[in-house]
Amino acid sequence: MLTIKDLAVKFPSRFGDVSAIEDVDMTIAPGEIHGLVGESGAGKSTVGAAVIGLLSTPGYIAGGELTLGDTDLRSLSEQEAHAIRGDRISMIFQDPQTSLNPLMTIEDQLVETIQAHSDVSQGAAVKRAVDLLEEIGIDNAATRIKAYPHQFSGGMRQRVVIALAICTDPELIIADEPTTALDVAVQSQVLDLIRRLAKDRQIAFMLITHDIGVIAQIADRVTVMRKGRVMETGDTEQVLSRPTHPYTRALMDAVPPLDHRITRFRTPTDAETAPPGSIPDNAAERWLLEGQQHELLGLTLDGIHLSFPGTRTSIWRKPDPFVALQDINLTIRPGSIMGLVGESGSGKSTLAKAITGLIAPTSGTMFLGDNVLPAGRARKRNDPSRQLIQMVFQDPYSSLNSRHRIGDILSEPLWLYGFVNDAAERRSLAAAMLELVGMAPDAIDKYPHQFSGGQRQRVAVARALLARPRFLICDEPTSALDVSIQAEILNLLKDLQSVFGLTILFISHNLAVVRQMSDDIAVLRNGKIEEIGSTEGMFERPQADYTKKLLALTPVMPRTWQV
Amino acid sequence: MIAFLKRYEGLWLFVHSPAAIMAAVVAVVILVGAVLAPWIALVNPYDLSSFSLFDGLLPPVWEDGSNPKFLLGTDDQGRDMISSILYGARLSLVIGIAALTIAAVLGVGLGLAAGYYGGRFDAIVMRIADVQLALPAILTALLIDGIARGILPAAIQQDLRVAVLTLAIALSLWVNFARTARASTFVQMNKEYVQAAIMMGQRPSRVMFVHILPNILGPLLVIMTVDLASAILLEATLSFLGIGLPADSPSLGTLIRIGMQFLLSGEWWILWIPTLFLVALVVSINILGDFLRDVFNPRLR
Amino acid sequence: MVYFILKRLVQSVFVMLAVAFLAFSLFRFVGDPITQMTGVETSVADQERLREELGLNDAFLLQFGRFTADILQGDFGYSYRTRQPVAQMIADRIPATLELGLVALLISLIVGIPAGVYTALKPRGFATQAILMTTLVGVSIPTFVIGIMLIFIFGVQLGWLPTFGRGGTVQIGGWESSLFTIEGWRALLLPALTLGVYQLTLTMRLVRAEMMEVMRTDYIRFAMARGVPMKKLHYKHALANTMVPVITIIGLQFGGVIAFSIVTESVFQWPGMGLLFLESIRFVDIPVMGVYLVVIAFFFVLVNLLVDLLYVAIDPRLRVRDVQ
Repeated sequence: MLTIKDLAVKFPSRFGDVSAIEDVDMTIAPGEIHGLVGESGAGKSTVGAAVIGLLSTPGYIAGGELTLGDTDLRSLSEQEAHAIRGDRISMIFQDPQTSLNPLMTIEDQLVETIQAHSDVSQGAAVKRAVDLLEEIGIDNAATRIKAYPHQFSGGMRQRVVIALAICTDPELIIADEPTTALDVAVQSQVLDLIRRLAKDRQIAFMLITHDIGVIAQIADRVTVMRKGRVMETGDTEQVLSRPTHPYTRALMDAVPPLDHRITRFRTPTDAETAPPGSIPDNAAERWLLEGQQHELLGLTLDGIHLSFPGTRTSIWRKPDPFVALQDINLTIRPGSIMGLVGESGSGKSTLAKAITGLIAPTSGTMFLGDNVLPAGRARKRNDPSRQLIQMVFQDPYSSLNSRHRIGDILSEPLWLYGFVNDAAERRSLAAAMLELVGMAPDAIDKYPHQFSGGQRQRVAVARALLARPRFLICDEPTSALDVSIQAEILNLLKDLQSVFGLTILFISHNLAVVRQMSDDIAVLRNGKIEEIGSTEGMFERPQADYTKKLLALTPVMPRTWQV
Repeated sequence: MIAFLKRYEGLWLFVHSPAAIMAAVVAVVILVGAVLAPWIALVNPYDLSSFSLFDGLLPPVWEDGSNPKFLLGTDDQGRDMISSILYGARLSLVIGIAALTIAAVLGVGLGLAAGYYGGRFDAIVMRIADVQLALPAILTALLIDGIARGILPAAIQQDLRVAVLTLAIALSLWVNFARTARASTFVQMNKEYVQAAIMMGQRPSRVMFVHILPNILGPLLVIMTVDLASAILLEATLSFLGIGLPADSPSLGTLIRIGMQFLLSGEWWILWIPTLFLVALVVSINILGDFLRDVFNPRLR
Repeated sequence: MVYFILKRLVQSVFVMLAVAFLAFSLFRFVGDPITQMTGVETSVADQERLREELGLNDAFLLQFGRFTADILQGDFGYSYRTRQPVAQMIADRIPATLELGLVALLISLIVGIPAGVYTALKPRGFATQAILMTTLVGVSIPTFVIGIMLIFIFGVQLGWLPTFGRGGTVQIGGWESSLFTIEGWRALLLPALTLGVYQLTLTMRLVRAEMMEVMRTDYIRFAMARGVPMKKLHYKHALANTMVPVITIIGLQFGGVIAFSIVTESVFQWPGMGLLFLESIRFVDIPVMGVYLVVIAFFFVLVNLLVDLLYVAIDPRLRVRDVQ
């Protein structure tokens, strides 16, 4: 029904046109969910935008064919293309928080869309809208329809978005990362809904995602893209379990499995780096090992409560405090990796901030080794824990100061903690450290923006290590990275942990990643620990209902498909 | 290649923007003229002996009855227009830049600290800013001027006019800097590099000035150019209202006020030439400000 | 919602108190009020008695409290220069300034908003570039120069419109208005245009910037992808969302309009508060300066409270409580 042939999209720039996608072929039949998968920069969103005719300016279609049924999409005038949008092709965006007009009720937005494409009365349009909301799983649709977007939760909002996309009975829906911003439970509901709509209404879906698990779960067929080109296309099972293209194979290798533990990720041989330890007699490695005044150091949290004052909305009532963490008791064994999992808003990052002293718990005590760890402002600037505890952040684009050179960033812990007072010595140590984390030493004079996300994350790891820490907090260190880069960073962290005997708190929302990384695991939900125990034990025999649910709902590849 | 272009994107855009180039040329010419005024001007408008009433009211060279010595004519006192304008621009720029510097140091310092410390300190600074906002720039400037008249003894009032004017303009402009710096600092405070610095135990002054400040320079630079234009306009307006500088040390605004007397007579050049200069100067600064805004906020391009 | 409004109300009271304090400090510390009020011939003993009578020897805060109470009762003291009650002097001048400011604001909104929308929707058009360049020059010409130019062209060269004063005014319940006679409008036109031009450029640029920002949001792109008719998309979805921030800033600017009317009034000899203020500065007439300050701040605060109410009306996020 949708046929794409030799599609090419270009973006004019000062130095001639830059190709965004080239030679893209794809067909999607009615009722088919067609996965379009690839890492960032693969051009998958560009394909979707080209089909619906909403390429961001100044991009343009440079060649190829686009046909929907017997309509040639490329020959349409601006008006005709706009009339087709919503009527025959619709779209679902990634973030339900931002895809609805905040100033209009759900009813207004639905009715307006219905009336834009069919000549029906206000009453009929409202009835259709209510029916649709009910079909999509919103209770009390007749009253809820009068609400504004901000009155719905994230998952409900995404349902409303889907209702808006299907309210005119389109033939094709382009879903651009429709579940990426959602939590696992909601994600699985939305995926079920998409599958149901495809089956019942014979709507064709182009499902754009970076998540192989999602593809494995609901896509009938899949197209793998890389750098604007199609690598491989075919039935989902065939492509994922018996990939023919080397890129697909490498991609599949890098996906962390949920159901078993592997020792190391296989990364493509053309990776920019060699594993650490392969560099004989590295100065930074020697320096780090020399400086270990402490044995392995554990961390204990004893009855941590943390609440924020709520935002005041009434003069009469004192706002209820927002409870971020309650009664957290956690012991991280010296030299082990503790995985901390939970959905967004479960309090994972708040816990990390409490440990680093950025915020103070309302009550409870923290111990680093045998010493009490001062909380919040009570922690002096020169407290030894400032050096012993270091952190690797989620977003490598924000965790390095873009106005400082890599060398300055890496030297900071060295002079701050009084380790090395000679500037030249600091510089050579920083260069050696870069080598240790798998980067070229000449990076030292460059700025962060000259590097990719994965490289920056290596620099962030290097900075943390140069403080000679004993305890490392990794807060979603790979969730901003592509899956192949994720594999490299995870390998790096594993290697460094074993060489330097670090104790690590590894925070992630991704169960599969945590399974690969941690010795023990704690499951956090609404600020409370649901379950805690050894990783293998928990994955094989989960105790808490919540853990079981999480494991059941996480999209995975069937084991039989795995290579 | 791409990295190089990103780095020097501003330069690239500049070379390809005729408006920005022209504005820069005009601004630089006026600036250089103003700096070199004592050496290149024909007469010194402050020095009564350097010009003569006999040369009074001469039109520009392209009109009848002109004297080629005075390219743009002379005023009623016989002062060469070009010299007056150069000295006037010099004074306007000195006051504008001095006021801007004071406003920037005060505003950025307070805004940065308010954004960094938040809480009560932030609340106090912002409430002061609220009050300042309720009293627009020109009002603040007029008020400070009025107060100075009330407090200072008449004898030293004249000597301190430039200082009072500078202070008046500075105090009416600091809020822009403070608000911009605070808002940008808030954004940076949530970035992980700042959290990393605080977590590591770095001094607050270092976090503010070494880590945050370089990252918020972009928007501040835009405010700076726009406010330089405002400062020059404000000075001209105050002088025009007769509140700013006296007629014996004319800034561009004073020259226009003097020229107003000739609005209805034939000596148009005494009014319109300084006006044209003032507008040209401010337009160029504003074009440069606009250009910088585009560079720092590419989404609006 | 009630809380939001109340919070703003408290903030406004704070601003007013601060400005009153400023006015009071002016009165109290800039020059000696007693020497200003009395002549040279008054004896030191009489001066001291007056000082005691006026309570100038009382505790500072007590004096300030009395000052505030007086202001609240409409007692603004007497002008040093004319010896008249300041309240009367200001009240006589308010209509002229308010009418000027309001008409100027209307001009700036009626022209500025459509121009902003147009230039945002057609960012690459020739007309847009021309408008943008014009407004850039517009913000760079000082208000007084615009006034002079208008006087020169329409008053001196063409002789169409009067160049000073208010022309024909009508008394309506103590309000001296120029909005009901042709002469009045003729006199108002040039000053209002002068004052409006600067405001107009600001409004236009603001609307343009906000609108371009809104056009890039996901909800506009989603509405586009659903085929919502373009007119609705632009004028219902985009413009409404644009107005939310724009209203706030226009509110803030109204203070600027009133303040800049000082310049306009000076150029056109428009008998408003601004002209009065200028005179009071020239003669260091502290009570008038102080009261002008309080009045301006009051208008500013009032307009911003109205803006907050409008804000609540437009944005459901402030009006409707979160259900979940």
